[in-house]
Amino acid sequence: MSLRLENLIILRDGAPMVALDRTVAPGEVLSVMGPSGCGKSTLLACLAGALPPVFQARGRVWLDGREITDLPSHARRLGMLFQDDILFPHLSVAGNLGFGLARGVRDRAGAIEDALREAGLAGMGARDPATLSGGQRARVALMRTLLSAPRGLLLDEAFSKLDTELRAQMRGFVFGRARAHGLPVVMVTHDIEDARAAGGPVVDVMGRVL
Amino acid sequence: MARAGLWAALGLLALPVLAGLAGVIAPAFGYLPALGGTELSLDPWRGLLGWGGLGHAMRLSVTTGVLSTALSLAMTFLIVAAWQGTRSFAWVTRALAPMLALPHAAAAFGLAFLIAPSGWIARALSPWATGWDRPPDLLIVNDPLGLALVAGLVVKEVPFLLLMTLAALPQADSLRSQMIARGLGYGRVMGWMKVVAPRVYAQIRLPVYAVLAYSMSVVDVALILGPTRPPTLAVQILEWTNHPDLRLRFQAAAGACLQLLLVVGALALWRLAERLVARRGAGWAAGGARGVGADRVLRPVGAGVALAIGLAVGLGLAGLLVWSFAGLWRFPALWPDAWGLRNWAGQSDMLARRIWQSAAIALGASVIALTLSVAALQTQGARPARIMGLIYLPLIVPQIAFLPGLASFALILGLDGTLGTVMAVHLVFVLPYVYLVLADPWRAWDARAGLVAASLGARPLRVLWAVRLPMLLRALCVAFAVGFATSIAQYLPTLLIGAGRVGTVTTEAVALASSANRRLIGVWAVVQMALPMAVFATCLTLPALIWRNRQGMRIG
Ligand SMILES: Nc1ncnc2c1ncn2[C@@H]1O[C@H](COP(=O)(O)OP(=O)(O)O)[C@@H](O)[C@H]1O
Ligand SMILES: [Mg+2]
Repeated sequence: MSLRLENLIILRDGAPMVALDRTVAPGEVLSVMGPSGCGKSTLLACLAGALPPVFQARGRVWLDGREITDLPSHARRLGMLFQDDILFPHLSVAGNLGFGLARGVRDRAGAIEDALREAGLAGMGARDPATLSGGQRARVALMRTLLSAPRGLLLDEAFSKLDTELRAQMRGFVFGRARAHGLPVVMVTHDIEDARAAGGPVVDVMGRVL
Repeated sequence: MARAGLWAALGLLALPVLAGLAGVIAPAFGYLPALGGTELSLDPWRGLLGWGGLGHAMRLSVTTGVLSTALSLAMTFLIVAAWQGTRSFAWVTRALAPMLALPHAAAAFGLAFLIAPSGWIARALSPWATGWDRPPDLLIVNDPLGLALVAGLVVKEVPFLLLMTLAALPQADSLRSQMIARGLGYGRVMGWMKVVAPRVYAQIRLPVYAVLAYSMSVVDVALILGPTRPPTLAVQILEWTNHPDLRLRFQAAAGACLQLLLVVGALALWRLAERLVARRGAGWAAGGARGVGADRVLRPVGAGVALAIGLAVGLGLAGLLVWSFAGLWRFPALWPDAWGLRNWAGQSDMLARRIWQSAAIALGASVIALTLSVAALQTQGARPARIMGLIYLPLIVPQIAFLPGLASFALILGLDGTLGTVMAVHLVFVLPYVYLVLADPWRAWDARAGLVAASLGARPLRVLWAVRLPMLLRALCVAFAVGFATSIAQYLPTLLIGAGRVGTVTTEAVALASSANRRLIGVWAVVQMALPMAVFATCLTLPALIWRNRQGMRIG
């Protein structure tokens, strides 16, 4: 599994804001760094198939050798994590995980229970997500994404709201999962620590290696 | 399909208004073949300008409209600023919000019964304080300045604006902003006014315009509480419209055009005033005055205002209820000498028929409106399509300015007086309100939730059904309830399009306004109140019940 950004250029008012030409290998993390407002979230929105109409994209995106440039978001199989966990507030913890869990899975309750245990949240399935701590919520969001069997991960400052200790833990958890599943990861961040911990190449939005 | 929804919604709104306007403008210049007007002339305008009460009627429309709107807005903001986040506020909003469901006419009747010379207030003070042993000959209701009319509008518009404000509060990030302002040493009211009010106002601007346009041209409330000689312009237009002398129909059309100009002019001035206040307000906010002491005065005033409105409506409702069961009731006795079901029994057949018709029309119109609104919103993405501005047309264009024209068309096409046509015309007014109530929460919804859902593999329709609609359940319920209540409250559309064959509890009640039969008015006004209230109560309770175990679904 690999994610290829082939001459991907995002234009804003006709001027390139993002320009990348890279392949992210399975289990590798491509860190994209830059100050606030440089277009990091826009890059991820583009990869996820939700580029706001004020921007134009050129180039192509491939996932596992399949071109996904023009696929709708739901067909791309790229999991997304934001700095906010974006748990669905109307669903229980288990409901959120179930929403992510791929359709074909037989023993849904079992899969959800396993995921909870793996995230150190055993027995919390019935809980209201609003009653969990920030770290717990972040882990539910991650497990929800992993249960959807993604082919790649997009992280939008995913760790920036966690405190230092949780952050290190969560990074290890996410990168570990990605490596274990062989998922290519694009992480945008403005925190050099995130990029260091990821261990992969670090570039800015114009593709310059940092 | 969604795109079709957008266009259906717009066509539904814009076409009737434009057609209706055309059907009014033509006769205003003498052209209406069906009534024998075949050539253009300025006679209708001459007739209108020749009417001695014109200046007075116009002035009444402007003063009562602007005054009631400004008062309602000020009171709403005061209540929220002074009490948001307290337990009393939760209580006040719970008490005031359902009042939104009250038809204007019912609230107006209640108020009239309360403040009339023979009303409960006078009875409570008589004879020990006033010396009256007969109702005094005072013009309290229908006073020539229109103050009773203003009061009647205010008690209704405050709950409306309050609900709009409540819906806007979470997006204005009000609690955190307020917390920060308080932390900087600001008083409650001052902090709210400086930090939250501008953002909230930006969101409730269109409802405010609708209130202004409505208040300036309202017919039913003015028939009940407004001045009579001369009445407000809108009432006079209706009188001419229904006059057996057909020539007056042309004059009515000219009057309707004038009413439209009046409303447009007032809206333009209001917009100008907004700019002025915004500019002044920015300097005021930056001035740094903390206004801590002001809270000591403004908080009780805010509470007093809320209480007064609650009492006016609550006691008004109680008064209607008592009258509906009253037999003999002498002045100044506080309670009837005799009670009974006679008033109700005499109306039971008619009541059943009218309730059924009202509910069918309201249910149909609100369900269609909700579906179209969701479809229209779903089409537009994050930014509202410019063309959606048209949705406010039926709220800004006074009913009295285009419904007579629409009624002419319905008559010519042979469509008048059927349930379907009345429902369709109700939809013209229900749809904008439903859309208005739904649009802001719809857009404020965090689109990242949709993106996350899609990235988990959910198709757009599943995102809608499984994520967006449930997360917005509260807003959907409120929108439906508002739609239902809006339909029940319609007077003019039912009157003019129903052509006497389709009637609702509202046309029935308002028709009694001049009758002085308090018992009958009581019966019909109580029904008119109860019907939308029941629906509203259900719609507010439902989401709270469904999401009782979900903190994230509660509003600040
Ligand atoms: N939907 C949008 N419409 C218009 N401008 C946008 C939109 N989304 C982002 N922008 C603008 O594009 C630029 C890049 O935004 P973003 O990708 O969110 O930056 P980052 O995530 O690096 O902080 C910013 O200047 C932002 O204001
Ligand atoms: Mg960003």
